[in-house]
Order: sequence, then C-alpha cells, then structure tokens
Amino acid sequence: MATSTILGAVNDALKTALAKDDRVVILGEDVGKTGGVFRATDGLQAEFSERRVFDTPLAEGGIIGTAIGMALYGLRPIPEIQFLDFIYPAFDQVVSEAAKFRYRSGGEYTCPMVIRAPCGGGIKGGHYHSQSSEAYFAHTPGLKIVMPTTPADTKGLLLSAIEDEDPVLFLEPKRIYHKKFKEEVPDGWYTVPLGKAAVRNEGTDVSVISWGAMVHVALEAAKKAREKDISVEVLDLRSISPLDVAAVLETVRNTGRVVIAYEAPRTGGFGAEIAAIIAERAIEVLEAPIARVAGFDTPFPYTLEHVYLPDAGRILNAIDHVVNF
Amino acid sequence: MALDESRVPGITDGERIRLLEAMVRIRVTDTRLLNMQRQGRIGFYGTATGEEASVIGSFAGVRDTDWVLPALRQGGGLIYRGFPLELYIAQCIGNGMDILKGRQMPVHAASRKHHVVSWSSVIGTQLTHATGVAMAAKIKGDDTVVLGFLGDGATSAAEFHVGLNFAAVYEAPVVFLCQNNQWAISVPFSRQSGSASVAEKAEAYGMPGERVDGNDVFAVMGAVREAAGRARDGGGPTLIECLTYRQMGHSSSDDPTRYRDPEEVEEWKRRDPIDRMLTHLVARGLWSPEQTAPLEARINAEVGAAIRIAEAAEPLTADDVFTDIYADVPWNLKEQAEAVRGRKAGDRDWEGAFPL
Ligand SMILES: Cc1ncc(C[n+]2csc(CCOP(=O)(O)OP(=O)(O)O)c2C)c(N)n1
Ligand SMILES: [Mg+2]
Repeated sequence: MATSTILGAVNDALKTALAKDDRVVILGEDVGKTGGVFRATDGLQAEFSERRVFDTPLAEGGIIGTAIGMALYGLRPIPEIQFLDFIYPAFDQVVSEAAKFRYRSGGEYTCPMVIRAPCGGGIKGGHYHSQSSEAYFAHTPGLKIVMPTTPADTKGLLLSAIEDEDPVLFLEPKRIYHKKFKEEVPDGWYTVPLGKAAVRNEGTDVSVISWGAMVHVALEAAKKAREKDISVEVLDLRSISPLDVAAVLETVRNTGRVVIAYEAPRTGGFGAEIAAIIAERAIEVLEAPIARVAGFDTPFPYTLEHVYLPDAGRILNAIDHVVNF
Repeated sequence: MALDESRVPGITDGERIRLLEAMVRIRVTDTRLLNMQRQGRIGFYGTATGEEASVIGSFAGVRDTDWVLPALRQGGGLIYRGFPLELYIAQCIGNGMDILKGRQMPVHAASRKHHVVSWSSVIGTQLTHATGVAMAAKIKGDDTVVLGFLGDGATSAAEFHVGLNFAAVYEAPVVFLCQNNQWAISVPFSRQSGSASVAEKAEAYGMPGERVDGNDVFAVMGAVREAAGRARDGGGPTLIECLTYRQMGHSSSDDPTRYRDPEEVEEWKRRDPIDRMLTHLVARGLWSPEQTAPLEARINAEVGAAIRIAEAAEPLTADDVFTDIYADVPWNLKEQAEAVRGRKAGDRDWEGAFPL
C-alpha cells in the first residue's frame, strides 16, 4: 500500500486495468507521450505501447464516436476528454449514441466504456476550464455518472466503472487532484461499487449532501459547525447515477434537516433532483426547508472564481438557517 | 532564406519597417507577459513566439475594418490594429480595466471597435462563426471580408469541416488562416491529419488552398491580400496555411521537452521570422544591426509603461459576476447578486499553476 493523490490513483487504476484486461485501450488528446495535460496517463504509453494508449486528433466527437465503435467490437475503451468543458462537441455521441445502444437494439449491442474528464473549478481556468456539467448528463437515461472525492475511492470506483457493462462518465474534480488530498491506496485490483454513497462525517443535527470537490468544503463546514455544537452528517454521493437513494433517505431520517451543496449553477442542478426525492419520500421527517448551496446561475467567472465557488462559510450559513428554522 | 517580396508589389519602405515593429512588439509583449506569469502576476500565458509573421502578415493583408475571428495566438493582430497595450495586459490580469470584465482567461482579448470577435477557448468553434459573419456581409451587400484563424489542431475539429463546407456552398467572403505551427500541445501534425498539408484540404471543399512560408511576412501578407481581394470581388472563400513553428511551450503550463526534440526547435529558431525580416531590411539598406537593440528597448519601455498602468487599475467587484448574463436581469440573478454584494474581490492566490 502506498500513499497517493487522486491523480495518482487515476493513473494507478488505469495501469492496473491495462495490465489485467487486454480489452482496455486509452485514447484522447495528449494522453500518449506527454501523459495527459494533468499527467493522469503518465508513463502508460511507454509501458503498454501506442497500440493501447494513443493520442487522437483534436475532435471530441471523434474520440467518443470511435470509442463507441471500439466498445461495440469488444474493446473496453477509456477515452479522455481533456476538460469536461470540451465534451460538448461530443454531446451527441454521449447522449444519443453511447447511452442508447443497449436500449435501441433491444440489448443486441452495448457500449461499455469509461469517459474520463476532469471537472469543476478552483484552478483559475475561467468558464471553459471549470464547469461542473453533471446535471446535463444526469438527464440521460443509459449513462452512469461517478465523481470520486478520495484517492482510494478514485481507484476502486474507476476499476468498477471499467468492469461495468454500461457507459460511465467518470468525472474527476481537478482541484482536489493534488497534494492535500493524499491517502493510502491499496495495491492491485479492487473495486468500490457504483451507486453507493459514503457517510464522510457522522452527525445528528443536519445532513449536508454533496458530491465532488464540494464534499471537502462540506467537511470544513462541518468542523466549523462542531465549534458551535452543531453536529453535521456529510454524505458524499460518489455516484450521481445510479443514485444511492437509500443513503440519502437514511441521512435525512437521522437528522431531519438538509443542506445540499454543489458547485454547478443552482438552477436545474442535480441538487434539485435530490431535493425532489426527499420531498417525495421523506417530507414527514423534515423539520426545516431544504437548503441548497450552489454555484450562481452565471457562467463560471475567471477573475472572480472565489466569489462564485461556494465556500465553507456559505455552507455554514445554510446550516445555521436550517438548524434555527 | 530570403523573403518573397514578389507577393507584395509596391510595398513601401515605411510599411516594411512598420511590419518589423509590429512583430517585435508581439515578441517583447509575449516575453514580458510570460515573465509576469512566472512571477504570479497573471494566471496563464501563451505566446506567439515564432509565429509573428503569420499573425502580422495576415492582419496586414486585410483592411482594418474587416472582421477577424481569432483563435489563441492572434492578440498581436489586435494590438496591430491599435488596441491599447494596457488594455491587452489588463485582459491578461482580468481587473477592472479589462474591457471583458475578467470573464476570460488571459490571451483572449477582443474588441468590437477593432472588429476582433471574442473567442471562447473551445478549439474550432469560431470557424462556422467566421463563415456566418461572411454570409451576413454578403446578404447585407457590404464589402467586408472575414479572417477566420485556426491552428493545425483545429483542422480536426468538426467545425473546421462544417465552416469550410458552408463557406464554399455560399461563396462566403472569408479567408481561413491556419497557423500550422506543427504542434497541438504535444500532438504533431502527422498525428493530426492524414493529409500532407492543411492547404490541400481546400480542394475537397471546392475552394482555393495555398501553403505559404508562415515565417515570411511578405508571403503571408501577399497571400492574404490576394485571397481577401478575391473574396471582396465575389470569388468566395480561400484556405491559407501558414507553415510556421511554435518555438515555446503550448502555454505557461506546458513542458515541451517531454515530447519534442530540442534540435527541431533549434532548427526553427534559425528560421525565426523576425531575424529573417531584419536580414531582409539590412540587405535593402533600410536597417543596420545596431538599430535592433534600441528598437527593442523602446518597445520594452512602451510595454513596461503599459504594464504599470494596467497593474494600477482597480480590481473587479463581486457584482461583476452577475452582469452581462442577459440583457435584462432575471429574479434569480438579482437574488444571488444581493447575497454577495459588497464582497471584495480580494487578492488572488495562485497556488497550483493552471495546467493548460
Ligand atoms: C474542443 C477543445 N478540445 C481541447 C482543447 C484543449 N486544447 C487547447 S489548445 C489545444 C491544442 C490546439 O492546437 P492548435 O489548434 O494547433 O493551436 P495552437 O495551440 O498550436 O496554436 C488543445 C487540445 C480545447 N481548448 N478545445
Ligand atoms: Mg498548432
């Protein structure tokens, strides 16, 4: 067991999969010789050859479209989209093609593949290198969506996604790729199941439900709340789709108060879906209105990203609000 | 290699010097701003070093009123059109002086006054826009010509195909200008396309295509002038490929030694467009080598003064997050703006350089 960052865990998982499963191939812009602009695929081409790890022309529709073809023919492609913000040229291939083969062919054809993409803000990338667009994809039947928040989870979830028989969008919150978020990561092949949330902090007064980099902000808020004698349970969804609805309802039943924290624009964000599910299935336990802390309904700013990004203070305000309701 | 002045008949001595100055201005500005990035004074930078002749030759080949849809490396063209240096620098800082109001990463300057349109960051998307602007000019009966820029990597993007196809179908007055600097971050042109050149792709779309020496400012200017003239006369679009070279990393976040041979870089430095222009001017008796350092020093002082002005500007306020989303402000944005009103933009901290 060695300590690793989330980025290192991605690399480790890819390496483990390439070694174990001949069907695995990795493709994308700059993933080969230079090992990806974030270095997620560092060293993989040298170790596994250009046949299995290769650079593509600059066309996201081409990357996903050809990966679909490879999946149809029996490979396990892991295409990389350099930034989630650049997936839109491939939107059609993701939502109308990859996610629909199983359905439209009555199960004759399937598209098992893992689309990896760094997502989210916090690196001063401006609107086109910072978006959290999971909600567009959550609206797509046939597609799974995963967002890891710790190194050990990253490896286990990525290996689960690679084993999965359906297309998975694997979103890597890039601002927690590095240093601060190191932990021990088991060697070899192991999996963390898709569709299972994790309680990151146990608490009794209020639940903060979150995903991606915001989970760490929620934990910071929970620590600050502790000082005020408020006990916060932090639930990390880990998978957006399939959603661990049982875990959501359980934490709500534990605390009766809910804050949902996410980085994407508030309106139509995945938090709205969580709020709707809670209202439909557990409204009787609620002791306060559900609060959402999210990005603003604006594009992602460049200079003012720290104004846009929800911080622990904003989550704490929401916690105070629902606790004192 | 001598410059091909047959492409620009009648060019005056004064114009030659102006082209040199414009290229040196880009080189110096890029050098200073890359240093500012290294010092943490701006967040990101990408230079046009080695590609100045392609940029300046193109802008010099059209009228200042013609529209330009740029990509990443054409900021020097905007400056050539008279966009103030301090505004260019303020855009890279993203402060209160930035006319784009801190909405874009550095090196994304745009100005309506100068007919240079705002680029997103999404490679290739501007090419259909270029065709559309040209179609509109034709529909309105204006004699505007459009210059649509792209890199070699962008030739793989779907919008390249669609933009050229539409342009040819509608005989739109647009010149597509590909700065083939031979690299798209770490991917060489040989991995980008099965074609031997970008220019030859034009034939399939039904428009003229030409590869020019992109480090020869006269060759670029002449080719663009001919293509723009043809477009203005109703002759439709052209694809021009400027063969050039990206001497530096893709951007301040890139380490090109990971993927390319330093010998290749050295070889292209020997074909540097500014050095070649200097050699040309000296040969014509228009320049002496002793004049170069003072020219650089003068421009360096200009850039230094512009940096001081730009850095002294006021920061943005939190309110700037909420403007320009729509022409009218809907209720949700009003509410959200209210929640953060008065928050100071504060000092930026640059922990972790931007990786692209
Ligand atoms: C659609 C899209 N995909 C990926 C990127 C990331 N990216 C930024 S620049 C670049 C390479 C561009 O190469 P080229 O078109 O040759 O332009 P150059 O940088 O060489 O001027 C890539 C892949 C992007 N900006 N947009
Ligand atoms: Mg290029």
